[in-house]
Amino acid sequence: MTSKRLLALTAAALLALSACGGDDGGDAGTGGETNGTEQQGFTPPDLKPLDKLGTPEGELNIVAWAGYAEDGSTDPDVDWVTPFEEETGCQVNVKTAPTSDDMVNLMKTGQYDVVSASGDASLRLIASGDVEPVNTDLVPNYVDVFDALKMKPWNSVNGVSYGIPHGRGANLLMYNTNEVKPAPDSWGAVFDEASQYSGNVTAYDSPIYIADAALYLMKTKPELGIENPYALDDEQFQAAVDLLKAQNEHIGEYWSDYTKEIQAFKNKDSVVGTTWQIIVNLAQAEKAPVEAVLPTEGATGWSDTWMVATKSEHKTCAYLWMDHIISPTANAQVAEWFGEAPSNEKACAETADKSHCDTFHAADEAYFDQVWYWTTPIAQCLDGRTDVDCKDYGDWTTAWQEIKG
Amino acid sequence: MLLLLLAPMAVLVVVYLGSLAVLLLSAFWTTDVFTGAVVKDTTFDNFRELVTTDVYRTVTLRTISVAAAVTVICAVLAFPMALFMAKVASPRARRVLVVLVVTPLWASYLVKAYAWRAMLSGDGVLNWALDPFGLTGPGFGLTATVVVLTYLWLPFMILPVYAGLERLPDSLLDASSDLGARAGRTVRSVILPLAFPAIVAGSIFTFSLSLGDYIAVQIVGGKSQLLGNLIQGNAGAANNLPLAAALAAVPIVIMVVFLLGVRRTGALENL
Amino acid sequence: MILSRSARAALIAVMAAGLAFVYVPLVVVLVSSFNTDRTFGWPPSGLTLEWWGRTWDNPGAREALWTSVKAGLGATAIALVLGSMAAFAVARYRFFGRDVVSIIVVLPLALPGIVTGIALSNAITTTLEPFGVEFGLFSVIVGHATFCVVVVYNNVLARLRRTGGSLEEASMDLGADVFTTFRHVTFPAVRSALFAGGLLAFALSFDEIIVTTFTAGATVQTLPLWIFTNLARPNQAPVVNVVAAILVLLSVVPVYLAQRISSDPAGGRL
Repeated sequence: MTSKRLLALTAAALLALSACGGDDGGDAGTGGETNGTEQQGFTPPDLKPLDKLGTPEGELNIVAWAGYAEDGSTDPDVDWVTPFEEETGCQVNVKTAPTSDDMVNLMKTGQYDVVSASGDASLRLIASGDVEPVNTDLVPNYVDVFDALKMKPWNSVNGVSYGIPHGRGANLLMYNTNEVKPAPDSWGAVFDEASQYSGNVTAYDSPIYIADAALYLMKTKPELGIENPYALDDEQFQAAVDLLKAQNEHIGEYWSDYTKEIQAFKNKDSVVGTTWQIIVNLAQAEKAPVEAVLPTEGATGWSDTWMVATKSEHKTCAYLWMDHIISPTANAQVAEWFGEAPSNEKACAETADKSHCDTFHAADEAYFDQVWYWTTPIAQCLDGRTDVDCKDYGDWTTAWQEIKG
Repeated sequence: MLLLLLAPMAVLVVVYLGSLAVLLLSAFWTTDVFTGAVVKDTTFDNFRELVTTDVYRTVTLRTISVAAAVTVICAVLAFPMALFMAKVASPRARRVLVVLVVTPLWASYLVKAYAWRAMLSGDGVLNWALDPFGLTGPGFGLTATVVVLTYLWLPFMILPVYAGLERLPDSLLDASSDLGARAGRTVRSVILPLAFPAIVAGSIFTFSLSLGDYIAVQIVGGKSQLLGNLIQGNAGAANNLPLAAALAAVPIVIMVVFLLGVRRTGALENL
Repeated sequence: MILSRSARAALIAVMAAGLAFVYVPLVVVLVSSFNTDRTFGWPPSGLTLEWWGRTWDNPGAREALWTSVKAGLGATAIALVLGSMAAFAVARYRFFGRDVVSIIVVLPLALPGIVTGIALSNAITTTLEPFGVEFGLFSVIVGHATFCVVVVYNNVLARLRRTGGSLEEASMDLGADVFTTFRHVTFPAVRSALFAGGLLAFALSFDEIIVTTFTAGATVQTLPLWIFTNLARPNQAPVVNVVAAILVLLSVVPVYLAQRISSDPAGGRL
């Protein structure tokens, strides 16, 4: 552990010494964002973005969250990949990954061209050199992306953009309306009151879930002083881990494959737990009696970015895909299918449900201040504290294995 | 001539043992958590973490127990079945029974595991069958994992035991009963000792297959973790190959010890 | 074997119970392939042939099946050649380290698949890539060959041990050279062992998922990998059931053949 901390601190010190990062366009502070670039604690490798588009290479290998690149195989009417293939001639192969860790891992094999990276994957990919900066001039639809998503700490470093924003959303609390009464409105249903549903509670199977516990403690145990659920010192971290170990007693199954969660809720093997909107929609379509709610404490969430692999041999197709997925029609389709806020302002006019953008708070920054986007924890505290060291992702990973027991 | 025969095999052996060696070598390195790059400074950190952190010890012991349980249950189930097939059934029936026992090997492992998941789930077959008696099935968890692993590896135990029993001369059994022993005594004193190497041979597979399995436990194990999950998690999602390699050393050591131990029982000729 | 009536009845009962244990889940799979409800709910809400129809049109399944067949044939071919050659060396010659060969050969099967998988995957990414070895069908075949070899090796070795070397010696005494002896004396004797070993090796390779996951890379999808990605998707799960049911029904043929051709009682040794 010591060597990793030293590494991170040294890198941070070096970065701080060399003038602070450029204009990142966002304000430091409340939920949804980490602080300015100087807090990112690393120097990205010196890579150049693509200069100009060439001829489409005829192939594109995508790593994506399930539901982001639908080609009709889940539901014949849900398809925005085939139109892209027909228009550009780029044959698409989609590899869905259940967690950010899996995505980072897949990108390291060098066999994929684009990835839809959440904030807890994007900086790691940038730091390792697996993704390169993105030339936003080559993506015509980029101008219509909400300003609040451009050049953020998770998709840009030192004023250089590393990706195209896809959309954002929050993790929700899903519950079986027959078994969980009255309808819950707090994460307490899976923490302090989990014993009521012992054996049928579920949670997301990734170390990043520790942030959910930290978020709950932020509101229920203010004396711990947690300001940012991704910036946890020893004491705060231990409290979160203890909470999760207590929760583990009542967990039936952790989920990372979204269809397993759908089935678990349908079979009543799970009755309450974290979820994504798409899971709620699909479960309801399967006649499972479920509803979802954003609890009063707020929630963790994601703001995803499409990034280009450094070693990709199909970069033109990659850029064409990124432009396609944030085009108003496609962005609206994926936002509605997945249940998230689109990144393109013009997509709001294209959604089948005209109130979609309102429901998902696409332009509501105050709402997203309550949502703590997935971010990779680093030793240098993301809430700005310099008197203590925070736990880094390695600690989170080890702790997660211990929590599962 | 000898070299000609052995050379190609040697190539494969070198590739296999070589990659094992490279893997175990990386157990002495570490990973930078943020970039994922491997830091090639030799250190015992991973092994120290293995020994000092509770969870690794707990999971290893749990995995060994599961593997042992699966092996024992497989042996207990397979022996009477193999005995029936080898010594009691008529030759016609024997052929049919062998086909019946071996065919499930061709059904996909995953499909069988998911079928069990469906059977064990809240509104699955098992609960539906036990409901009239007021009982519920075990649901997902370690019990389910043991049941499913037993189910999956049973043919791997039946085949060697059957082959071993088949080789047993009938004259020995006749002599035993001539001397006045009833079936139970014959089994205990004559058959079991002679069939023991075959049972051990079968147990090599059931034990090792259970020791490293991570898929079945993900499907029916609920929240349980076994050694295979830790290895796979570290090799994959956590991107900590050095730690995964250190963890992989555990089943390697266990199985090598196991194999060296069973060499003397003659099990390796009974595979 | 002489048994009392009660002992015999007990054995028959255990046999029947064992067979029931083995086949009930397979019956569930078969019934689920007709289930109108897409998630394995029980009792089935209705019966339909829709999924069987859909399977014919499913290109993914057909491609994956073909890839698996190719990988299986490749691995089996390697296993047949290497395994029988090694078995000959061990059975007919004395050399330093002969006893250890059995252990080394059985290692890939005795060590957990995940160990083999990450070892090979790591070896490819770190040391072999500069030499042009990449993830693909070839790496899958090599991965499978490591554990397929032992199956063939064991079968051939057992057969060679049983037949003894005297026939071969006699043939050579009569003036035949090594190759003629092989063609006329040795090969007919081990032929059925090769068939049984090869069949079992093919079966092991065909259903292998763990080593395959680590050695396949992004482009290769064998049948187990296809099943893995599709079993979880509600629309595809019933198709997977159909594929599995077909596999089981079709596999009776080679298993039965192996039984008849091989004079080995179990139709082959592991």
